[in-house]
Amino acid sequence: MSWEPVIGLEIHVHLKTRTKMFCRCALEYFAPENSHTCPVCLAHPGTLPVPNRQAIEMTILLGHALGCDIADHAVFHRKHYFYPDLPKGFQISQYDEPLCVDGAFSLPTADGEVPIGIVRAHLEEDAAKNVHMGGAQGRIAGADRTLVDFNRAGTPLVEIVTGPDIHSSEHAKRFLQLLRQTVVELGISDAEMEKGSLRFDVNVSVRPEGSDELRTRTELKNMNSFNFAAKGIEREIQRQIEIYESGGQVVQETMHFDPGNESAPPLRSKEEAQDYRYLPEPDLVPLEPPRDLVERLRGELPELPSLRMSRLVDDLGFDLAEGLVVSGRDRLFGQISGDRTAVANVLMNQFAASGVDPGSVNAKELAKLIEARDSIPRQAFTDALAASGDPVFSADAYLADVQITDTSELEQLVDQVLAANPQQVEDFRGGKQGLLGFFVGQIMKQTEGRASPKLVNDLLREKLGA
Amino acid sequence: MIDTLRMSAKQVNDLLETGEASSDEIFAAYRAAIDERDGDLNCFLHVCDEAPGEGIPVALKDVVSTKGIPTTAGSKMLEGYLPVFDSTVAERCKARGLRTIGKTNMDEFAMGSSTENSAYGPTRNPWDPERVPGGSSGGSAAAVAAGLAPWALGSDTGGSIKQPAALCGVVGLRPTYGTVSRSGIVAFASSLDQIGPITKTVADCAFLYSVIAGRDPDDSTTVELPAPVEIPEAEDLRGLRVGVPKELNEAEGIEPGVSESVNAAIELCRELGAEVGETTLPRSVEFGLPCYYLIAPSEASSNLARYDGVRYGLRVTDGDVREMYMRTRDAGFGDEPKRRIMLGTYALSAGYYDAYYGQAQKVRTIIRDEFRAALEQFDLLVSPTSPTVAFPLGAKTDNPLAMYLSDVLAIPPNMAGLPGLSIPCGLSEGLPVGLQLIGPQFSENLLFRAGHALEHALEFDYVPPRLA
Repeated sequence: MSWEPVIGLEIHVHLKTRTKMFCRCALEYFAPENSHTCPVCLAHPGTLPVPNRQAIEMTILLGHALGCDIADHAVFHRKHYFYPDLPKGFQISQYDEPLCVDGAFSLPTADGEVPIGIVRAHLEEDAAKNVHMGGAQGRIAGADRTLVDFNRAGTPLVEIVTGPDIHSSEHAKRFLQLLRQTVVELGISDAEMEKGSLRFDVNVSVRPEGSDELRTRTELKNMNSFNFAAKGIEREIQRQIEIYESGGQVVQETMHFDPGNESAPPLRSKEEAQDYRYLPEPDLVPLEPPRDLVERLRGELPELPSLRMSRLVDDLGFDLAEGLVVSGRDRLFGQISGDRTAVANVLMNQFAASGVDPGSVNAKELAKLIEARDSIPRQAFTDALAASGDPVFSADAYLADVQITDTSELEQLVDQVLAANPQQVEDFRGGKQGLLGFFVGQIMKQTEGRASPKLVNDLLREKLGA
Repeated sequence: MIDTLRMSAKQVNDLLETGEASSDEIFAAYRAAIDERDGDLNCFLHVCDEAPGEGIPVALKDVVSTKGIPTTAGSKMLEGYLPVFDSTVAERCKARGLRTIGKTNMDEFAMGSSTENSAYGPTRNPWDPERVPGGSSGGSAAAVAAGLAPWALGSDTGGSIKQPAALCGVVGLRPTYGTVSRSGIVAFASSLDQIGPITKTVADCAFLYSVIAGRDPDDSTTVELPAPVEIPEAEDLRGLRVGVPKELNEAEGIEPGVSESVNAAIELCRELGAEVGETTLPRSVEFGLPCYYLIAPSEASSNLARYDGVRYGLRVTDGDVREMYMRTRDAGFGDEPKRRIMLGTYALSAGYYDAYYGQAQKVRTIIRDEFRAALEQFDLLVSPTSPTVAFPLGAKTDNPLAMYLSDVLAIPPNMAGLPGLSIPCGLSEGLPVGLQLIGPQFSENLLFRAGHALEHALEFDYVPPRLA
C-alpha cells in the first residue's frame, strides 16, 4: 500500500516589540539574568496586565500576510498550569476567540502552488526560562537545582497553527523557511531559531494514499533547525508506516528531541490529559480592533515572499527562485543585471559563502562587482564579496586588481611548473586527468590567484598535449 | 483635644485647615487611639509610626499594596512580604496628602464575612467585642467605628465593604465596577473586586471616593467617571423614586429587628419626599449567591495560583518542585482559600466549565437585566445590607454556608456591576443595622445624595456606646 503523510505545524514567533506583552520591561536577548523584570512580569500580588498595542498591530499585520480574517472581537484567556517558569500560574493566551482566523498560504513548490490552510494566529505571552544547574549544560537530567531567568517572561509571542494540509517533510521544511522569511520581512520578528525567537512543533500522521481520514498523530517537539525538522518528520513518517504495515497501531504521544544531540532518539512522553482550565482573562477587556486600523495595516503589507517567488520561478526554475527568496537575496538579484541564472548562482554560491547579510549590502556596488566578476582575479572577487557588507564598501578598489591575461607571462610560468613536477606530468600523460587541477593550483599559488583560469587551462592542455 | 471617636474626617480636616491642629498632632491622636484600643480589637495588622504627607490619616485594608509597608492580605502566605510598588489607590491617597496610619485586618485574601478567616486572629466589633465586625473588610470598618482612623479603604467582592460597614455602624461604598483601579490590589475575584471607602459620614465617603476614582492606565477595566463626584448637601429625597425589591427585603433569614429598622428607613424616604414603591428581582436573590460562589472561587483559584513559593512570600522546601508547591500552598493558605481554590478548580475543569462557570456567567447576565428593568422604574433600590446584625465570634465558623448567607443581600447588585452604599439606619438589640442603597452604574452621586439626606433625618449616632 502507498501511504500519504499528513503534517500540521504550530509555529511560535517572538514579536520584535520594544517592550513586553503586558508590561513596560524592555525586550533584550542575552541580557544579564533577571535584568528585565518588574512586578507585573514577576506576578507580584495585585499587578495587572496592560496589553502592548504594537504587538497587537504586528499580529494583525501577520494575519493579513497569512490571508486571515481579523476578528472584530477577540478574547484573551488564562491557560493554567504550575511550573516555575510561569510566574502567574497561568499564561495569558487566546483560546476560542483568537485575533486571526481562517487564513490560507500558497506555498510555491517544484510541483506548483500548494495551498496550506492557516487555522489561526493568536497572540500570547512567553514563559520565563528555567536554567538547570549542576548537571550537564542547561539540561534537567542530573541537575541539582533550577534557577529561573524572568527576562523572557511576558515576551509577546504569536502562535500560528496550520491545517493538516502538508504532505511531505520537504514541503513542511519549505513552508517553515518561507514563513520565517515572511515574518522577517514584515519586520515583526527576528525569527532566529538559535535565539528561540522562532520555535515550532510538528504533528505527523499517515494515511492510505487517496483516503481523507485523519489517523492518530504524534507530536514532534524541540527541533532546532529546518533540516533537522525535515529529517525528524521523515523518520517519524517511516516509523508510522512500518507500524501500520506490521499490523500495529500508532499511539498518540509527544516526542522531545534533544537539540544538543541530533542523532539521539527522541524522548517520549505519553500525551497527558492536560487540563488548562481556560478562563476568559477578567483583567482585560475584549480586543476589538477598530476597522480603520485593520484596513490601514492591510495597506502597509509589502509584496510577500511567496508571491515574489512565484514570479521568479519562470525565469530561474524552482530551486534558485526559492533559494533567493528564503535567503532574502532576491531583492539584490533584481538590482543586478546580467545572465539571470548566472547572477542567481553567484548570489546563492559565492555571495552566500561570504556570510554577508543581504540587508546590509549596497546593491549598486555589489552589482558592479558581480557584473565585472570575470575580469578580476578569483581571490579579489572573494575578498570583495566578503567586504560587501561594509557600509563604505566600493567595488572600484577591487576592480583595479586586474587578472594576468598576458599569454607570454603565463606561458613561462606553465613551463616552470611542468618542469618542476616531472612525475605528475608523467602520471597525467598516463591517464590521471585529475592532475590538471593540481597544475592549475600551482600556477594560481604563484600568481596569488590573479591568473586568468581560462587562459591557464588552455595553456596547460596545449603543453600537455591533452 | 482631637476626639477621634466622634469626629468625621471632614471635621478633622477642618481642624487642619483652620490651623487648630497640625497634621502630626492629628496623626499622633489616632496613633494614641490605636495604642489604647487596638490591643482588644485587633483592627490593624501593621501600624505605621510615621507616614509622609501633610493631611489626615487613612487606614488601608491589607489587600492594598503599599511600597515598603507589609501587605499580607491576612494570609501566612504573604507574611513579611513588602510590596515594591504602591497600588494606584495608595498612590492617589498619598498624592492628596493622606497619611497611611496602618494596614487593617481582613479575612484571608478577602474570603469571608466575619474577619475570623484572618491568619492573624479575628477583629472584634467595637459595639460588642464578643461579636464579629463582619468581613472581609472588618478591620477597616471596626477601625473607623472605634475612632482608630478617620476613614479607611476596604475592598468588596461579594459584600466585603457593605456588610462590615453595616455591622459596625459606619458608611461603606462599593463603587460601580470599573470606577476604581485594582492595580496593586491583591486579587481575589477580578471581575468583582472593587476598592471603596469606609467612613463615618456619607459626605466623607463621597470625598474619599473622589480621591480614588477614575481611569487608571494600569487597569484596563477602569473607565473615566462620566461626571465629577459631588459632595452631597441634600436634605430631602424629593423627585426620587425609591424601589423596594420584594425578594431583597423578604428573604429568608432576615432578622425581625433588621426588617423593622429598614422598614422605618423606607418610611422615612417617603417622608423626605421620595415616591416609594415595591418592585421585584425574581431570580437575582435566588441565584445571585450560588452564581457568585461559582464565579468568585473560579477566579480565585486562578488568581491564587501565583503563590507557589518561587518568587516571594512563603516557601516550604522539601523534595522536588512539585513537593515544594504542595507544601508551600498547604502551609500558606488557610481553610477558606483552600476550599475556594478547590471549588474553583473543579468549576473550571474541562467538561464542567460550561455547566458551572459558563452557566453562572449567563445567569449573571439575567441578574444584570433584572436590575436594569427595576432601575428603569426606580432611581434607586433599598434593602437591608445584611440579614442580621453582628453575630457572635465563632457562631458561623463551622458552617461555611451559613457564613456565605451573610452576604445574600449584598451579592446580587455586585453581580450586576452596580454600586451600593450601606448606611447605618438604626439599632437592633443594641447593634447597628445597615441600609443598602443600590443605583444604576455610575450613580454614586445619586447614592451620596440620598444617603446624605437619610443620614441627616435618621440622626444615627455612630459612636459605639461602650466606647463613648
